[in-house]
This record gives sequence, structure tokens and C-alpha cells, in this order.
Amino acid sequence: MRIICPICGDRDRREFYVKGAALARPEASATLEDWHDHVNLRDNPAGEIKELWYHEMGCSAWIEVCRSTVSHEIVSTRLASTADLGGKR
Amino acid sequence: MADLIALTPCDGILPVTIGSINLTEDVPAAMTLIAPCAGQEEAVSATMEAAHGMAFPAVNRSTGKAGARAIWFGQGAALLQGPAATQELADIAALTDQSDAWTVVRLEGESAAAVLARLAPVDLRSHLFKRGHTARCEVSHMMGSITRVGPEAFQIMVFRSMARTLVHDLKTAMAAVDARG
Repeated sequence: MRIICPICGDRDRREFYVKGAALARPEASATLEDWHDHVNLRDNPAGEIKELWYHEMGCSAWIEVCRSTVSHEIVSTRLASTADLGGKR
Repeated sequence: MADLIALTPCDGILPVTIGSINLTEDVPAAMTLIAPCAGQEEAVSATMEAAHGMAFPAVNRSTGKAGARAIWFGQGAALLQGPAATQELADIAALTDQSDAWTVVRLEGESAAAVLARLAPVDLRSHLFKRGHTARCEVSHMMGSITRVGPEAFQIMVFRSMARTLVHDLKTAMAAVDARG
């Protein structure tokens, strides 16, 4: 599997570490139910899924990767800092 | 003050020659990580140009030449090798002295790219990875940095603590490439 790092370019999957689903962090005022959902409940789609990957052996960027669990195709990638997940650069 | 003996990372294990491939250690006088503050990228590049004669390198590129080189070293950072970074940079960039933190070796020979092809999942052939190109990438399971510093020469870096592993894996790959002729 090859992942396109927005900074380094096309790289082998073994240079990356996967964290899991790319989710926007709940607001500070979120309810317990929202946090339970955020921490524990995941979709398991046969199709496209967005995940956070870390280019640990390369440029050290966190990347939002959209990939297909069916075909293993990497549909798109972008820097996590531009993915509007609540973090700021 | 005790009289301490300074050892280089590859002391006693390099240089090595296998067939026509040479592996030697480089010991830059100083190594400083330069990470420009937000919005100061151009000012940092201009200051480096004035003080050290080389611009801040673009992504996957290096600037300067042997003895004084700046290599792109990851997101928003470059490593200055050779001269000590000018303190004029201190107000517009984060400077980190890493002089003793990295193992720096030079792999040279006609089949140097073939040796690295066994250790790094990046295409380093000369028509794609030209002189001055650099990559932060895996080097036999370690996070490293590879830069082409000559037509048949590469600079390879890993953390200092991994010097013996790097030399062992390079020697194994050099012997394997040499055995194939």
C-alpha cells in the first residue's frame, strides 16, 4: 500500500503509523453521551473511511487519509492541520 | 576537569570498503536544526544566505555544498551541517544543537543506489533522485535522512544510538550487492 504524504510525496505504508478514525473533537460543553460516542463508537464501513496517519519515518506530519476498506485504494490525503478537526497549526 | 575522550558515533567500525563501494564516516563540525517561526520563512532564508551562503532548502531538497550544507529535515525544519548557526537566527527560528545526536555516513560507489534500494523504500535512482535531493525516510527500520551528495555518493543519517545497526545493515547490503557482481 502506498500513501501520498502531502509534503514528501508517494511513500510506502511502512513509513506510517495509523492512529484511527479522523474525528472532530467534541466541544468543551459536550455531554457525556457525545464523549462516549467520540471515544468508543465507530462506524465500520465497507467503503471509504477517513483516518489519521502519522508519517513517523518521514516528515513527522499528521495526515488525514481517505481510503477504501474494500479496494485498499487511497482516495485522498491532506494535512490533518487543514482537515478542520479542531486542531490549529 | 577530567580529560574525557571524545568518540565519533562510528569510532572503530568505519571506514569499510566492500568491492567498489566505500562507506566512511562524516563528522560535521556542528549540526543545528533550524525551524523558522510562523511567517518568518523568508527572513530565515535571507539570514542563512547572508551568514552561511545558502538558502533555506525547499521540501525534499538540500542547499550548500560539502562542508556547509543545509538539508530539509522534515515538516518546517532544516538541518545546517558544518558551520555553527548564526545567532541572528535565534529571534526568527527555533535553533536546536544536534551536533552529537546523529550518525552521518557517506556511501559512495557505482552501485550505492542498489545498496540503498535494499534498505529504503524510496526510489533513489539518479534520474529521479538527483544531486541535492534529500528524503526523510525509512532506512532499514530506522527513521533516517538520505541525501545525494554526488553522482554516486549518498549521505545517510540515523540517530547516533543506532550507529552500529546502520553500519551492520549497510555492510550486509553492500556484501549482497557486491556478490551479485
